[in-house]
Amino acid sequence: METAIACQDLKKTYKNGVKALDGVSFSVRPGEIFGLLGPNGAGKSTTVRILATLTAPDGGKASVAGCDALVNPAGVRLRIGFVAQASGVDKWGTGTENLTLQAHLMRVPKAEIPGRVSRLLEWVNLSDAAGRIVKTYSGGMKRRLDLAMGLVNEPAVLFLDEPTTGLDPETRAALWRDLKRLQKERNLTVLLTTHYLEEADHLCDRLAIVDHGKVVVEGTPAELKARISGDTVVLDVGAEAKRAADLLKPIAGILELIPDGACVIARVEQGATAMPTLITTLERAGISVRSSTLSRPSLDDVYLHHTGRRFQGEGEAGDAEKTAGKARP
Amino acid sequence: MNAFLSDTLHLLLRHLRTTLRIPIWIAVTLIQPVIWLTIYGQLFRRVVEIPGFGAASYIQFLTPGVVVMTALFGSAWSGMGIIEDLSEGVMDRMLATPVNRAALISARVLHAALTVAVQSVIILLFGMLLGARVEGGIPGFLAILLLGSLLGAGMSALSNGLALVTRREETLIAVVNFFGLPLTFLSTAFMAADLMPAWIRALARANPVNWAVLASRDAMLGQAWGSVAKAALMLSGFAAAAVWVATQAFRAYRRST
Repeated sequence: METAIACQDLKKTYKNGVKALDGVSFSVRPGEIFGLLGPNGAGKSTTVRILATLTAPDGGKASVAGCDALVNPAGVRLRIGFVAQASGVDKWGTGTENLTLQAHLMRVPKAEIPGRVSRLLEWVNLSDAAGRIVKTYSGGMKRRLDLAMGLVNEPAVLFLDEPTTGLDPETRAALWRDLKRLQKERNLTVLLTTHYLEEADHLCDRLAIVDHGKVVVEGTPAELKARISGDTVVLDVGAEAKRAADLLKPIAGILELIPDGACVIARVEQGATAMPTLITTLERAGISVRSSTLSRPSLDDVYLHHTGRRFQGEGEAGDAEKTAGKARP
Repeated sequence: MNAFLSDTLHLLLRHLRTTLRIPIWIAVTLIQPVIWLTIYGQLFRRVVEIPGFGAASYIQFLTPGVVVMTALFGSAWSGMGIIEDLSEGVMDRMLATPVNRAALISARVLHAALTVAVQSVIILLFGMLLGARVEGGIPGFLAILLLGSLLGAGMSALSNGLALVTRREETLIAVVNFFGLPLTFLSTAFMAADLMPAWIRALARANPVNWAVLASRDAMLGQAWGSVAKAALMLSGFAAAAVWVATQAFRAYRRST
């Protein structure tokens, strides 16, 4: 198996007319942590739902762990773990009961279930809480149980839909460590969706930026950043961003100019030498520059470059299906 | 078939566990029939004196009616559980496993039927305490449990089907409230058929709740076993049709997400 996940030209329009996917294609190699990055409504959740056989695309092809998701969904289900955005654990069951039921449904041989359940509980550090009803768990504990549920069949591919949304920074860091450990110990392939740039940058071996139901760019975080040449200069000019951008346009060495609220974002060949020129040009025209920053391109700039918008990690997330309508009228 | 049975069993255990862990549910289950039997028993005590009512004691007449009414209302709320599973992501998590799809419905229907059987035992025992007599003996007692469970299975299947179509608690609440009492009062649960207006009697004939009430009353009195069997068959047909509806609703749900 040379690709763990391959999808080609996935299309999906929901019954309410929302076009969720408009030809999504990407592939993930075995043992890779792959991220789908994009705002709510971009199509991340829909893509994961298709790959996890929860919904069928209108067009395109998808294969997961060597099985065609459209022709042999049963084969896919046996080989994957799926951790949805909404927790999905039974809050009236204990940790052990939840895992045991999941193991049965995942067709784990009966004799292996008790041993595997207790090993997993220990692995996610829930042994002490194993006999407690999940309703009494904290958010972080519930998320760890979710992860254990997704691993109960020792899957080849694990899907995580916004695994760290709503988690505090420490729990998030702990989950990242767990995923890295799984990757190292078991060569697990992970596909996760996220709207945190930082998460995509630190955790993912490769990622795809999804926007308006399409993959706009795919590669390693370093590659994506390197592909954007030059430095980023952000100038805070108050209310006159649009006029400032027009003034700066003729200056040589500017690769890209984007007014963004009170700021002008300029991508320039040589940040350090261009900065004084940019500032004096604006000052001469009567626009005072309140502050300026110079940086190497970040994933934020990659996103900006490919979508023409700044990335906004939306706080509380709903399903793509639920918010897609609002995102794009 | 093997996967169907074993998945049904495991999911049924989950539902039973959940029920037992919600103490308020148990309290309501125990207390509600007591209230029905006591209040209605007292309120309508003297209707047996109306010429043509045809029963010796009202509590004797009422007990099977309360059994069936409890079966109806208990199972009509069954769809709430599936809505909770939908909104909390439990359904998605399960649908991403190889679980037998039909088992997801059958476990809920079986759970409703079992719950009804337990409630019926409590009501019958309390009714006997208040003076009702099960003349039909143990076969009569068991027949009442069966009739109630069959009605409960059908109603819970319809409730789950509706829940899968609307996916909103509010809608389910509205529908159960809208149909619950009319279904009860368009039956002989509280009033003898001979004293009903003709149009209600006609409607009652098509009402599965009434089939269960009449047959339970016969089983209680240990009479007309033939019509008890016939009602059990009709209720089985009703339950089977309702499960079919729920299965179609589930299929439609899976296609639409």
